[in-house]
Amino acid sequence: MILDSKVPGGPLAEKWDRHRFACKLINPANKRKFDIIVVGAGLAGASASASLAELGYNVKTFCLQDSPRRGHSIAAQGGINAAKNYQNDGDSIFRLFYDTIKGGDFRAREANVYRLAQVSNNIIDQCVAQGVPFAREYGGQLANRSFGGAQVSRTFYARGQTGQQLLLGAYSALMRQVKKGKVEMLSRREMLDVVVIDGQARGIVTRNMLSGAIETHAAHAVVLATGGYGNVYFLSTNAMGSNVTAAWRAYKRGACFANPCFVQIHPTCIPVHGTYQSKLTLMSESLRNDGRVLVPKNPGDRRPPAEIPENERDYYLENKYPSFGNLVPRDVASRNAKEQCDQGKGVGSTGLAVYLDFSEAINRDGSGVITQKYGNLFHMYEKITAANPMHEPMMIFPAVHYTMGGLWVDYNLMSTIPGLFVLGEANFSDHGANRLGASALMQGLADGYFVIPYTIGNYLATISSSPQDASHQAFKQVADEAAAKIGKLLDIKGKKTVDEIHRELGLLMWDSCGMARNEAGLQQALAKIPAIREEFWQNVAIPGSGLELNQSLERAGRVADFLEFAELMVIDALSRKESCGCHFREESQTEENEAKRDDENYAHVSVWEYNGDNNSPEFHKEPLTFENVQPSQRSYK
Amino acid sequence: MSDIHLTLKIWRQEGPDAPGRLQTYASGPISTDMSFLEMLDVLNERLTGEGEEPVAFDHDCREGICGMCGAVVNGHPHGPEKETTLCQLHMRHFKDGDTLVIEPFRARAFRIEKDLVVDRSGLDKMITAGGFVSVNTGGAPDANAIPIPQKNAEEAMDAAACIGCGACVAACPNASAMLFVAAKVSHLSLLPQGHPERARRALDMVREMDELGFGNCSNERECEAACPKGISIRNIARLNREFLKAAILSDED
Ligand SMILES: Cc1cc2nc3c(=O)[nH]c(=O)nc-3n(C[C@H](O)[C@H](O)[C@H](O)COP(=O)(O)OP(=O)(O)OC[C@H]3O[C@@H](n4cnc5c(N)ncnc54)[C@H](O)[C@@H]3O)c2cc1C
Ligand code: SF4
Ligand code: FES
Repeated sequence: MILDSKVPGGPLAEKWDRHRFACKLINPANKRKFDIIVVGAGLAGASASASLAELGYNVKTFCLQDSPRRGHSIAAQGGINAAKNYQNDGDSIFRLFYDTIKGGDFRAREANVYRLAQVSNNIIDQCVAQGVPFAREYGGQLANRSFGGAQVSRTFYARGQTGQQLLLGAYSALMRQVKKGKVEMLSRREMLDVVVIDGQARGIVTRNMLSGAIETHAAHAVVLATGGYGNVYFLSTNAMGSNVTAAWRAYKRGACFANPCFVQIHPTCIPVHGTYQSKLTLMSESLRNDGRVLVPKNPGDRRPPAEIPENERDYYLENKYPSFGNLVPRDVASRNAKEQCDQGKGVGSTGLAVYLDFSEAINRDGSGVITQKYGNLFHMYEKITAANPMHEPMMIFPAVHYTMGGLWVDYNLMSTIPGLFVLGEANFSDHGANRLGASALMQGLADGYFVIPYTIGNYLATISSSPQDASHQAFKQVADEAAAKIGKLLDIKGKKTVDEIHRELGLLMWDSCGMARNEAGLQQALAKIPAIREEFWQNVAIPGSGLELNQSLERAGRVADFLEFAELMVIDALSRKESCGCHFREESQTEENEAKRDDENYAHVSVWEYNGDNNSPEFHKEPLTFENVQPSQRSYK
Repeated sequence: MSDIHLTLKIWRQEGPDAPGRLQTYASGPISTDMSFLEMLDVLNERLTGEGEEPVAFDHDCREGICGMCGAVVNGHPHGPEKETTLCQLHMRHFKDGDTLVIEPFRARAFRIEKDLVVDRSGLDKMITAGGFVSVNTGGAPDANAIPIPQKNAEEAMDAAACIGCGACVAACPNASAMLFVAAKVSHLSLLPQGHPERARRALDMVREMDELGFGNCSNERECEAACPKGISIRNIARLNREFLKAAILSDED
């Protein structure tokens, strides 16, 4: 297979304009002849659904939750970037582009990232017009903060609920189109497979999560906006329902998967406290603007933080990275926390935590200012841990947070299956090997509001607009396969719960394919995953039937896919013998223990093609060329 | 960290048309660091191991923001803690030996789907009726073109913080959705972007609420007390003003 990224020619700053001009148009009267399926109603799916419906396409949108207002995007706290330069502090489209490419450790496509920076400004305008109540200054202008490793203030926010407000904005635009009859909204529907006819995506098969009915839906194009796969680790900051199923099914139908091992581990999460733990809670990294990360200087020091004198505190990020200090990118902050804990300097009952101390900021700015900035986060922390960060340092530890890997897409956001588009966290496109803070919301909305409305037309113009229905034999066949799989799961009637097996997989992945990876550990994981999978298919217990609301069955279907997907992650991690961004191969580090890239051999996207259940996936490379930035060793010293 | 033991009386109902009943379970040891939903997870793991069907309940973010979780605990929607969703309620607020009666959010407009899972699609329908600003993608003016006083932006944000959980409806003796509607109407009428449609929005949303079978507001204030996001009842006063103004001035209705 030849991977054609379809990046347009011309200077970087003109590519998107040129491409928009070159994209074929569909005249307004014909748009209503085309049906588009959008799977997912997070930021990417909701914004795409609304925008496509506004253009006149007939849209059918699907989501897992009882309402499209609840997609995982709702939990994003910190903010959304844009190159508005309202603060006059030196920001520009090129700088946002550069920071994103560099933050991603030079493993993303220049043209896509530049486009992202370009449309970032339109996103903020759009959201304000919808009534998103962003934070403002006294004078009524929009407020900004610096966030997650950026040296300019370009992050827009709505208290600690930015994702919620952006999603409610996109959701309101979506519901407006529901009212107009241009979007049919199907909630509590789980996509189980995609239907490909004559090499083109033509529809999907879903399960109605209330009745259990297997349903088929036909369309001229399918858009996946199903989010990330961080829950392969069992514990993550993702919502409980986040999964790889839609993407994995598409992979098995011919959509290539890119960089599956690129997983971001977020440095500021509430530490694990018990085996019953079901998820990990993120504490927005905006806290690192005022909080200082520290551990005791002496390993094994178990004194409460207040009793550790100043000269026995190790502010290790400030010491090691004088220019970025506590604001180093996430991967660097996470790895350093692990390193401190590995040295026995971790705190808390498990020793797997570091402190984040606000006392200096409280003394400097007063408790009023700090409460105004972080009050709701402190409140949330207190609810969970019963400790108040105004009086004692928080305890934090890294947790799985975001997946940069995803289905491979070209510049048009189309996968290797023609007619199947992938948006948001589900694709791989913009963040390389590490995502900068406040840029996932930006990407999801860029894809949905400003990219797909143009690029999907370019595809639709090449196919017939004749009505689609699900009478083709292929629909029945795929639906039968989905039903058979459910039947097989229910017939196992084993002894272990879905969560028990999921937890086992998660722990293995965290240990061997988490914050640090090495050849031996990865090889071991590769040997162990099939055994866990085998155990699952022999011994999982799923009570109830398929023809009702059955949450054990839902989880089982997702874990079955995680158990296959995990293997691909490990294969990918093994094949990339360099360190880059979040992918830290212990064999490849600088003398100062920083990630050491190998541009000569690994300046590419690793793209995997399904090759049957019993064969290894086929490996393809999309070479990355940098014409506008010079890849450098990242330094935050 | 310590363990407590509870008696759980949980509403079990196989489907919308099946009869329901309270079933009693011994919780087994529960760590006080667990969240309420983790306590239910522990029970469900045990039931599954025993070949019984686990208790169905809605949840997703487990961070108090998606609005998916919710049940009535000893008569309180989302449990006894103020401004706390069920997923953020922690077991340290209960005592060893307590009995917890756990029931679904009940309202005429909320059909029970199974156990603690209810159909809250009426909330979406009220937003569909008018809870938006009619603006298409593209062509929006610069975000700083219209300054908005910080106070208004903050007040709009206070109202916009509603997570659409439906606890206000479950708490209301009339099963009214006034607080939910009021939160959306307030959010948008406090911002200049929402002004052009404010009259129409208030009328349409309230009409939809009535048609869906939600009750009227008789100032019981139970909604405010149950709301996990502290949405103030002042929003209902604002909605009433918006509604009255709209009803008098509107030539559409
Ligand atoms: C706690 C937290 C905080 C974050 N904070 C920030 C931040 O401050 N700034 C930032 O930029 N980013 C942040 N992120 C990242 C960002 O929130 C996500 O990457 C982004 O919201 C993903 O959006 P999405 O639309 O791609 O997917 P999602 O929001 O995950 O939506 C996925 C949608 O797909 C549906 N779906 C999934 N599978 C199926 C299926 N099989 N069938 C049918 N429907 C399906 C779901 O129901 C859902 O509607 C944060 C993430 C977390 C976890
Ligand atoms: S007003 Fe409060 S209780 Fe009602 S839906 Fe909104 S958040 Fe829930
Ligand atoms: S699970 Fe999302 S609010 Fe409780």
